[in-house]
Amino acid sequence: MTEHVAPAPLGGRLLTKPTAGLLGILGLAFLLIVWRFATGLGNTTALNDGYPWGIWIAFDVVTGTALATGGYAMGILVYILNKGKYHPLVRPAVLTSALGYTMAGASLVVDTGRPWNFWKVPLFWGQWNVDSVLLEVAVCIMTYVAVLWIELMPAICEKVEKDVSLPWLRSLAAKVGKFLDKALVFILAFGVLLPTMHQSSLGSLMLVAGHKLDAIWLTPFLPLLFLISCIAMGYAIVVFESCLSASVFGRKGEEPMLRQLSRAMVPLVVIYLALRFGDLAVRGQLGRIFTTKLAPFFWLEIALFVAALVLILKAPPKVDLGRLMRMGLFLMLAGALYRFDTFLVAFNPGNGWSYFPAVPELLITLGFVAAEFLIYLAAVKRFPILGGSRA
Amino acid sequence: MEAWPSGTLGLSPRRETEIDRRDFVKLVTIAAASVGLSGSVAAKMAEAAAKGVKPSVIWLHFQECTGCTESLLRTSHPALSSLILDLVSLDYHETLFAGAGKQAEEALHASMKANEGKYICVVEGAIPTKDKGIYCKVGGRTAVDILEDVGNKAGAVIAIGSCASWGGIPSAAPNPTGAVGAPEILKGKTVVSLPGCPSNPYNFLGVALQFATLGTLPALDDKGRPMFAYGRTIHEDCPRRPHFDAGRFAQQFGDDGHRNGYCLYKLGCKGPSTHANCSLQRFGEVDAWPIGIGHPCVGCTEQGIGFSMPIHATVPIEHATPPDTYPPIKAEHGGVSPVATGVAGVVGGALLGAAFLASKKLTQEAEKE
Amino acid sequence: MDRRTLLKGLATAGAVAALPAGSRAEARVVHTPPEEMKGLLYDTTRCIGCKACVAACKRANELPAEDNGMPGGLHDAPLDLSGTTKTVIKLYKDKDESSFYKAQCLQCIDPACASACMLGAFQKREYGIVSWDGSKCVGCRYCQVACPFNIPKTEWHALNPKIVKCELCRHRFAEGKGPACAEVCPRGAVVFGKRDDLLQEAKARMAAEPTKYVPKIYGETDGGGTQCLVLSHVDFAKLGLPDIGDKPAPDLARTVQHGVYKGFIAPVALYAVLGSVIWRNRRKEEVAETQEERP
Repeated sequence: MTEHVAPAPLGGRLLTKPTAGLLGILGLAFLLIVWRFATGLGNTTALNDGYPWGIWIAFDVVTGTALATGGYAMGILVYILNKGKYHPLVRPAVLTSALGYTMAGASLVVDTGRPWNFWKVPLFWGQWNVDSVLLEVAVCIMTYVAVLWIELMPAICEKVEKDVSLPWLRSLAAKVGKFLDKALVFILAFGVLLPTMHQSSLGSLMLVAGHKLDAIWLTPFLPLLFLISCIAMGYAIVVFESCLSASVFGRKGEEPMLRQLSRAMVPLVVIYLALRFGDLAVRGQLGRIFTTKLAPFFWLEIALFVAALVLILKAPPKVDLGRLMRMGLFLMLAGALYRFDTFLVAFNPGNGWSYFPAVPELLITLGFVAAEFLIYLAAVKRFPILGGSRA
Repeated sequence: MEAWPSGTLGLSPRRETEIDRRDFVKLVTIAAASVGLSGSVAAKMAEAAAKGVKPSVIWLHFQECTGCTESLLRTSHPALSSLILDLVSLDYHETLFAGAGKQAEEALHASMKANEGKYICVVEGAIPTKDKGIYCKVGGRTAVDILEDVGNKAGAVIAIGSCASWGGIPSAAPNPTGAVGAPEILKGKTVVSLPGCPSNPYNFLGVALQFATLGTLPALDDKGRPMFAYGRTIHEDCPRRPHFDAGRFAQQFGDDGHRNGYCLYKLGCKGPSTHANCSLQRFGEVDAWPIGIGHPCVGCTEQGIGFSMPIHATVPIEHATPPDTYPPIKAEHGGVSPVATGVAGVVGGALLGAAFLASKKLTQEAEKE
Repeated sequence: MDRRTLLKGLATAGAVAALPAGSRAEARVVHTPPEEMKGLLYDTTRCIGCKACVAACKRANELPAEDNGMPGGLHDAPLDLSGTTKTVIKLYKDKDESSFYKAQCLQCIDPACASACMLGAFQKREYGIVSWDGSKCVGCRYCQVACPFNIPKTEWHALNPKIVKCELCRHRFAEGKGPACAEVCPRGAVVFGKRDDLLQEAKARMAAEPTKYVPKIYGETDGGGTQCLVLSHVDFAKLGLPDIGDKPAPDLARTVQHGVYKGFIAPVALYAVLGSVIWRNRRKEEVAETQEERP
């Protein structure tokens, strides 16, 4: 019978060759961010008036948060559907989510023109324009970031209780831990409600683009499609990340659990594909997917989803970690491409505008990804995040 | 005031005024129109002249070349000029006076006394201020003293020419005499400045006529220059502007561009920075003006530009206006940087490749077991 | 907790959300009464492309010139609206026909930019002019995504970037002046006035010379109607004016968003359901654990 082994820090050196490399990338990105604030967006990005949103929104925020829905997806599975055996996967998922959403928020600080006005968004609720989808996304994400870090507090409190020498800090951590234990229900409910709201609204964001968004992607079902695909991506990232962790840290993998988890993606992807094609048929756009110039991107999205589906359904009973990793990767790519297409590729403001990210823009994004990796690695080595099950 | 100045041009007054009333009115209308005053004003002018109401004019000369007076003298068509001078009573004018010395001085003081607060004081030439102003003295008095005396008791003060307006040529670096314009001396008094080298005489005629007939002065800008003449720059009304807008410039004197009458901006034309109406109101009764004959404007009206900036140095364009080309409806914006594409490809490919390789490694390890 | 209970709970939440309910209306776009709306009427048949409007707009709004590679920086040569250009004359030229087009904000009656803006930095102010308030702007540029005509522009090279677009020179109203472009146009190709009057004028012109114009006033109903109208002798699409239908641009987003979040009922209901499910699951777990501990 499987037992849960309590999560524990992995230990080991923080500064290794890979982490040094990541630090280098982060350092470069930091310098570029300073340059961006010193000289304005025009000098460091290829953003323009036709494409005011570029990869910092399409990737860092929209795709980045979708890839950070591991905590959400696992929350549904473990706390709503009560599948307790997946519990060991929750903490690393929540850590990835916290980091992903925090980096998305940091990307927004770099991307917006007047980030010093950000504090007004949650606090000036008398000025809220409830017609604005972005407002809901922003307030929801801000709240959710807080919720995620609160969800991580138990891990932090455990570490403090064990390893910190100051006694008052230890007792504080213990008290906080106990309080969180009692308040868990309220926090976890937010942890499922908030992503449901804003991940779907991230899709609704592009509704206002109207004729500027290609008809294949513009549909009133955008919020639902984004929500379903993001939950699937949540499981995909958990699978992918588990396999990657096992590979990097040489730990034993959780193949059976992951295999079952990956099967959870199947109904989601099936519903997603049915919804997409059904929506196109109902709106009379089925012909378009064969004729329009952007058709190859649509088909690539579908192909990636189908590939993931095939890999999962055709997986042998004793599937290896590598194959599981590829299953997760295909689904992540499919969802990522869907978001890239909705926000960038299928967005055409007309009149000769074009956009491709500039090098500093790409490097800053890379820097944020590197930061996520760095902090994740440091966290699992020093905090009780990764656990496991023993057969 | 009949003794003088009518006929001071050496032309018998009787000859000029031997025209009938209709021609008189016609000529007055033409004179008024040329300086932008309406037909109804012209009628008033004719009426006033017929009644013999003629305001006094006291004309002071200081550091000047007399070019402005000479320019004014050449606004004839003789009948026109003397006609207009018939509308005012020129009570003191050093160039045009037959008399001199004590006689002239007495005429000056008499007129000042009789017309205190009502006469027009015209100033031609700059006023030296260094060393207590000894570099220009008339009748034993310094220019500063004369101007302070005559100017402050005048009904209106007109500074004709750049020298009187802001110092002109005498004030060019190193300005050894401390030459300044009349407004500098008569601070607190409204001084109508008519800069130019020479000042366009029709601008003067317009101001003088308006004051003589209506008792008012035209709208002035912050430097005391009448807006009707100095409100716009040469550049705004230049007939060669289409060449500027199209980017057609003369690069050297005598080249093809110069011969084709292209814009003289690159030869140092100060038109964009110079407020004056030379391009509209020409000179010499033959529509001549510097740009028209192929020489760039030197900015003679503008303090800081004329006699200060090198003639062939270009001026910056403030308030640039559109060229004569049009952007298309569908403009080409942004482009795809090949470097960025490369970096994106490399980075994306590297990350994906690494992930796939890692997965392959895991598969191989599992197969080994 | 079983799946049935969960689905029941969610279904209830969904049903409740579909009920019409009052919603708090904070800082929503305030719509202008039609008789107060003012705007411009631009007639391509009268425009001679003199660009006096472009120069006047720059002076009235104190905007700097744009170089765009014209030699020597002697000219103001905008290629399009931008952070330093609030109106521009563009040329459409084809084999047989050509037309000028004066591009500027069309002052939509139900603007997408205002609907999209989080804190309502874009609002319709006097005469329905869509105007930007920087104190509420975080520079998210969602307004740029939303505008069907790509009008709002960002100052990409400023450290505190503004959103720049025509606001019909509302800063001159106190001096008794109107928009600078309409003031200087030598042929009355662009005129300023009440929208009702402009519509009447446009219709009169079309009635007087029906073959001269394309039989449509752009902005009469497009995107829910705009306060700046266009009369043209060539197809509007050739001038870069898209066919966006008669529904207001923000309609779709608004309908979907309010459909889901009306009165905030659905989120609250969902939270209640989730909370109760998690609580019941934890209770079951606790019971199971205590049962295990019992001998």
